Amino acid sequence: MTPAAEDRATDTPVQRRAQFAVRGLRSAGFGVVLAACLVLAFGFPFWSTLAHSVSIAITCWFTIDTGRLLVARWVHRNALPGSPEAEGRWPGWPWMLPIILVGTIIGFSVGSSVADWITGRNSPGYLRGSWSEGLALLVMSLVPGLVITYWFYSREIIAAKEAAVQTAQRQAAEHQLKLLESQLEPHMLFNTLANLRVLIGIDPKRAQAMLDQLIAFLRATLSASRAARHPLGAEFARLADYLALMQLRMGERLQTRFELPGELEAVPVPPLLLQPLVENSIKHGLEPNVAGGRIDVSAAREGEQLVLRVRDTGTGLGEAPRGDSTRFGLAQVRERLATLYGAKASFELVNAGDAEGGTLATLRLPLPQTTAGA
Amino acid sequence: MNASALIAEDEPLLAANLQAELARAWPELRIVANVRHGAAALEAALAQRPDVVFLDIRMPGLSGLEAAQAVSEDWPESVPLPLIVFVTAYDQYALQAFKHAALDYVLKPVLPERLAQTCARLRSALQQRRERGINTSAALEASLAQLRGLLAAPGLGAVAAAATSSPLRVIQAAVGTAIHMVPVADVLYFEAADKYVRVVTAEREYLVRISLRELLPQLDAQRFWQVHRGTVVRADAINTAVRDESGKLALTLRGHNDKLTASRLYAHLFKAM
Repeated sequence: MTPAAEDRATDTPVQRRAQFAVRGLRSAGFGVVLAACLVLAFGFPFWSTLAHSVSIAITCWFTIDTGRLLVARWVHRNALPGSPEAEGRWPGWPWMLPIILVGTIIGFSVGSSVADWITGRNSPGYLRGSWSEGLALLVMSLVPGLVITYWFYSREIIAAKEAAVQTAQRQAAEHQLKLLESQLEPHMLFNTLANLRVLIGIDPKRAQAMLDQLIAFLRATLSASRAARHPLGAEFARLADYLALMQLRMGERLQTRFELPGELEAVPVPPLLLQPLVENSIKHGLEPNVAGGRIDVSAAREGEQLVLRVRDTGTGLGEAPRGDSTRFGLAQVRERLATLYGAKASFELVNAGDAEGGTLATLRLPLPQTTAGA
Repeated sequence: MNASALIAEDEPLLAANLQAELARAWPELRIVANVRHGAAALEAALAQRPDVVFLDIRMPGLSGLEAAQAVSEDWPESVPLPLIVFVTAYDQYALQAFKHAALDYVLKPVLPERLAQTCARLRSALQQRRERGINTSAALEASLAQLRGLLAAPGLGAVAAAATSSPLRVIQAAVGTAIHMVPVADVLYFEAADKYVRVVTAEREYLVRISLRELLPQLDAQRFWQVHRGTVVRADAINTAVRDESGKLALTLRGHNDKLTASRLYAHLFKAM
């Protein structure tokens, strides 16, 4: 009955069958409760009411649930295999209302016939009694049908949402961990601490300044993935902290230059967006270079765009592919831009074309409307 | 005579600090040079011939490991190899490799107690060496084996830098405006030349803009043997290997007049069956 291609779902076929059976049992349970209410409230005969109630509940459930699954599959017939739509087992309320109506009529007729056959008694049905009696019975069975369907529906929606939230949380946590690992590179951290340890002995004032920079860098790194945006001025300040730490370590081999026009200082940007680029410039451009070099970080406004550039005068891009950490850094920049700005942002990394050599990374982001006029 | 040492560390503050800490832990130790990068370390080591060399792992130009390799390849036969101590801030691969090769290392930040232990070990090693006379061949082979182990260590040595799944089949070499497709199977040997690699076949040679370090992991290690820090040769292109007095080997090739040198670090590859 189930084509193999559609079995690729988050639930296995066995799990699906089990869920189906559980819904059946719940419906039967509802029949028992309803029968008990009728017996207690109106003094209906116990055994025949129970037989009718349970048999009608089960048949209604079976017809509605089967109808739902068949219609859902038909509605999602064009969905890609494996996509959430293809696995959806809910055709939508516009389809469900007629299914419930037809299912209830069929379920009621068949269910009461079965109950009649079991108890050996005749009972009023839609087609056997008067119009008003039939209508009353229909409404009486439609309401529970709707309620139960809605109940099942909500349960599944809630379960699906919980699963989605858990997956998203897990992915976010994994990403954050990877981000932290890439930013808090242990090698950088221990080397910085080693320098700090030396400085405390020979130049306590400078040591204190360095410690402040390290604290600011750590704080920014640890909260980067939580804050959605910070001002461009803060972004430049964090890069300056990082580069000051690196400068202490590399001495004259590292020179820096920042260029941030005052009008752009308040523009909100994703925190530490440029950090991986600056790190790459150090790690692959300047560190391998015996003479070192310079890093320029600049911001400019070009029309409605904010253009951020990170340029180094290091070894440049070789023909050989760079390591995993670089690719992760670059992929991370691209990914963040794509998530936040879609097609409105762009990123490229090329060899700087001038005599000083090295690499040039260029990011283009849309300027927010409010600051574009200010 | 007092022992002498060389320090190679790219970060100026840390280099000065290591020298100051050494002066405290081992006052008689003479620091003959304190340099900022690997190539300078090689040059200073060969010129000054210190007893001990402290090498930072991550340095511009030659890394500490490459400098150690170069020092042991170019070191004169008549003088015992220096004792090498690696210095690192954090390298999980390095620490494993050092422990495995029983090599001494110093962690940054340098802690005085730890450095004192290292100095004590170095002193007793130098003492032993003096008592037993000049470098025995067994001692030399032991330190070469240590270094070989280090160079082959996963994630650390050049060979394991980025082992690719399938070996390279064709070298794409630019000649003027044309790209020549050179089958790797036709290559007799590769030779490092600054930022390039010379690719030599029986007919001609090409220059490719890649470093030997980057190329090496892409070659089939069974077919292509590294015989020197700057030379990788196709094993079945080697005709003869003749050992000279210094422990180096002169290699002749089939179908080519070039003579290659295998350093003593790789001399163990050539043994009669």
